[in-house]
Amino acid sequence: MTTFQLEVNGERRTVAVDPSTPLLWVLREGLQLTGTKYGCGIGACGACTVHLGGVATRSCLVPISLVGDRGVVTIEGIGKDAMGAAVQTAWVETDVVQCGYCQSGQIMTAVALLKARPAPSDAEVEQSMGGTLCRCGTYVRIRAAVRRASSQMK
Amino acid sequence: MRRLIDAIPARGMSRRGFLRRSAAAAGGLMVALYLERAAGAAGNAAPAAPAAPPDAFVRIGADGKITIVVNRVEVGQGVHTALPMILADELDADWSAVTAELAPVADVYKDPVLGLQMVGGSSSIANSFTQYRELGAKTRAMLVAAAAARWRVPPGRCRTENSVVYGPDGQSARYGELASDAARRPLPAKVQLKQPSELRIIGRRVPRLDGRAKCDGSQKFGLDLALPGMKTALIARPPVFGGTVKSFDDKAARAVAGVLDVFEVPLVHGRGVAVVADGFWPAKLARARLAIEWDVASVEHADTDAILASYQARAQRPGTVALAAGDASAIDKLERDRTIVAEYAFPFLAHAPMEPLNATVRFDGDRAEAWIASSGATMDQAAIAEVLGVAPAKVTCHVVFGGGSFGRRGPLDCHLAREAAALAKHRPGTSIKLVWTREDDIQGGYYRPMFVHRVQVGIGAEGMPAAWRHVIVGQSFMKDTGLPFEPFLVKDGVDALVVEGTVNHPYTIPNIHVSVDHTKVNVPVLSWRSIGYTHNTFVVETLIDELAARAKVDPIAYRLRLFRPDVPRFISSMKLLDDKTAAWRAALPAGHALGVACGMYNRSAIACAVEVSIEHGKPRIHRATAAVDCGIAVNPMTIEAQVHSGFVFGLTQLVPGGAITIKDGIVQQRNFESFTPPYLADAPLEIDVHIVPSTEEPTGMGETPVPVIAPAVVNALAALTGKRYRTLPLVTPL
Amino acid sequence: MTGRAVIAGVLGLAASASVACRGGAKAEGLAAWNDVYAVLISPRCLNCHTATSSPAQGDDRRRHFANVTRGPDGRGVPGLTCGGCHQQANADATGVPGVPDWHLAPLSMQWQDPGGRALASADVCRAVTDRSKNNGLDARGLLKHHAEDALVLWAWSPGVRADGTPRSLPPRSHDAFVRATRRWVEAGTPCP
Repeated sequence: MTTFQLEVNGERRTVAVDPSTPLLWVLREGLQLTGTKYGCGIGACGACTVHLGGVATRSCLVPISLVGDRGVVTIEGIGKDAMGAAVQTAWVETDVVQCGYCQSGQIMTAVALLKARPAPSDAEVEQSMGGTLCRCGTYVRIRAAVRRASSQMK
Repeated sequence: MRRLIDAIPARGMSRRGFLRRSAAAAGGLMVALYLERAAGAAGNAAPAAPAAPPDAFVRIGADGKITIVVNRVEVGQGVHTALPMILADELDADWSAVTAELAPVADVYKDPVLGLQMVGGSSSIANSFTQYRELGAKTRAMLVAAAAARWRVPPGRCRTENSVVYGPDGQSARYGELASDAARRPLPAKVQLKQPSELRIIGRRVPRLDGRAKCDGSQKFGLDLALPGMKTALIARPPVFGGTVKSFDDKAARAVAGVLDVFEVPLVHGRGVAVVADGFWPAKLARARLAIEWDVASVEHADTDAILASYQARAQRPGTVALAAGDASAIDKLERDRTIVAEYAFPFLAHAPMEPLNATVRFDGDRAEAWIASSGATMDQAAIAEVLGVAPAKVTCHVVFGGGSFGRRGPLDCHLAREAAALAKHRPGTSIKLVWTREDDIQGGYYRPMFVHRVQVGIGAEGMPAAWRHVIVGQSFMKDTGLPFEPFLVKDGVDALVVEGTVNHPYTIPNIHVSVDHTKVNVPVLSWRSIGYTHNTFVVETLIDELAARAKVDPIAYRLRLFRPDVPRFISSMKLLDDKTAAWRAALPAGHALGVACGMYNRSAIACAVEVSIEHGKPRIHRATAAVDCGIAVNPMTIEAQVHSGFVFGLTQLVPGGAITIKDGIVQQRNFESFTPPYLADAPLEIDVHIVPSTEEPTGMGETPVPVIAPAVVNALAALTGKRYRTLPLVTPL
Repeated sequence: MTGRAVIAGVLGLAASASVACRGGAKAEGLAAWNDVYAVLISPRCLNCHTATSSPAQGDDRRRHFANVTRGPDGRGVPGLTCGGCHQQANADATGVPGVPDWHLAPLSMQWQDPGGRALASADVCRAVTDRSKNNGLDARGLLKHHAEDALVLWAWSPGVRADGTPRSLPPRSHDAFVRATRRWVEAGTPCP
């Protein structure tokens, strides 16, 4: 067990865990931030996506020992960001979700896309969102919600 | 062999349809069967669902907030919003004041038709429609009675709107003010329900009640549960289904910090070794360090290559007859060039819901508490009770939100609940959350079975099918299982869930013979969203398409000509599709082709048209248009979402990663990298949904769209490449 | 013999004499290239030196899962960058390889066809020595890349997979690879 200091959603947090523990499980069980989800554990589905040092990151893959002093933003904190709030609003207004389990990861990925490309083309949306899995099949509404958030933020 | 047909409604046959007829005929026998098996008690059949006091379903606070209790799990299908809409409409509630919650397991929450608290057969709205309307109407009547008593006016002179009762002389009172008085009123025995023109919420586009929480991380699922002192458990499972533990060395596992216990545990299929730890990660590390010697010598080692060869051989001969009409030998009398012979092969499929299976149970000696996103809640409660040796009523069973199901969360052997209960029994007083990893999920069985079909179609006048001989080979879900639903679903040796989609096809085919060869394989199988239709509709709709193409008739026109007159919803949905797609069908760009398919589930019909091209060797679905006839659409947004959902889910059958293969008993896939479901680029770019206007009772949409997308897409591919695709999944590049 | 013919003859002799000298060095250089080539077409190298819009992974060099894509500079696309999963060091606990700035080699440096088949030795040699395609590297630059680049070095400490098994190494040690590169460079980077 090792003690790690983390900045999560703007707050300093301290955890004592095995250094191999993925950031995902530190968030979910160490800090009770369960909005970030476990879908596969190998980075294939994106349900665990957070922003680490401002980069959309699959937190199931990153052992806490490699986080360093990079700040973490999760779905619980992204609403404080103007783009994050816009994406969440667009998601609600488009009624994207069904079971909702993948949507934290979808939203975090969409925010990263729009921060880098505020007016993405359809192809850019497809490439950026194309690695985040949804078994309920909300993909058409995800595309629409990304477009909506983009136009709201113009 | 017509007896089977008498027992099956020729149209809209479904598991749910069976159960409804069976439950009515048997007078609640099904419920009694299950409870007898669970508690060992003999007794009279209990009523399917006791007359429900509204307060079990709706609570109105003094502040006017209305909480509506939903009698089944929410796994994305939208009941958490649609059922409250139904009640709120008859209640004349202010919708903005409504929230919903999921009911725990209790008799009062049993599905009124099925007699169990459960989700299945796309029947939630259909079965609880009238129930929730009556609950809303009764509650309204009690509020009106309370107001009328207060004002000393006849109740009949009062009216309600938007959570307010209005009296004849300008009086008004909000529901919140009246609630506690109303609760003391007697429950009305009968109520009048609204006329269709009076509906204010049913039929409106209403955004989901759980939408916001699912976008800000606050929605809790089963896997998110955190209780004081809770521990997490993983189970090491045998590499071959049914294997047992010869011995295990847990020294390295126990050395992982945070591990509390390691012990052998019974499974429904075989035995495993459980690790209990402080959290998911130490449990996972410890499980990986277990050294287990498995005994797999005495169980069958399934092999999908061998199964395929065996099924293909067996398909050459007829099996047990499921449907026989006309002249069984008509097909043999036709010329070779007037006959199509087609063989189809379908793989095992995993459901792979986004939230892996999990269940939490705490055993306190004479009682227990459980949390599970269960599609079969009554049965799971009874299974937990059986494992723990207590009465079901002593198990407080909370139904939590689930991250998708598609059939995976309602296995009739209640294996998840039984495993979780076995762990809880080992450590009384501790809440134990059992988690299946994604690898456990992909490799853990309970798949859509493999099937092979062999069909001979005789082409008659004007290219219409004159004869149809169809052999289906594959596992039965129910036959010889001894499970409670078996007598209702297996008749004369035929499992209805295997043949649905063929025996109840909508077409005029004068000579038709469908038979089935149920196989036994050591692979656990389970209903996969739309069950028998997943393969049967694919076969039927691709063959119908081939007939239409040979006859050089448009696929929509061909079907409209071929439908029997007694399939009104097939006709109405196909006509609506024709109308809504006429413009784009007439303007297909070069390299784009049309594909059409239709189907029915639980009396809801769907007609689907897709526009497909081939990009980088893969199908690119530019658009999918659906026309559905499903009775009244309680929430058109839910209907549309379920069409989107069913289409994308149905594409699991086509995408190259969509197969589970097994070699010498070992599942070859591990995770999403090897069992690969559809991602965003695999889905249609656009989907438009059109609903046939109706005032008939709602008949559901959860599974209806799933079976039609794959045949529609391959019918388009056939137009592009000239090839017919009869082995799934597709092999790319095309 | 005419004067011209004499000169041609002398030049020819000189040429063939230098060929004879170079022939030894060239042969050695070609032999060294064989070792370099063997490493370049091993999975640890080919998986990032792809000819498509995506990386490959595994010894079977299958398309990388989750539809990750090359993007404009070989570092993925916003929301799905290479660095979003691949950290500054191998994460053996989760089976993810890593070095700082994990990314794909440019498309111009193609050593395989779009179908994933490694190109022949002569074609790969030409590709890596074509300065218009190899990021402007001269022979010294190639040697330095092979000896010091973090992503190249990674191939010899590739970490373990998600199932705990170690990734396979290239068919020569890193030292042998660098020595072979040096011999090939000193021989004038001859191509077969």
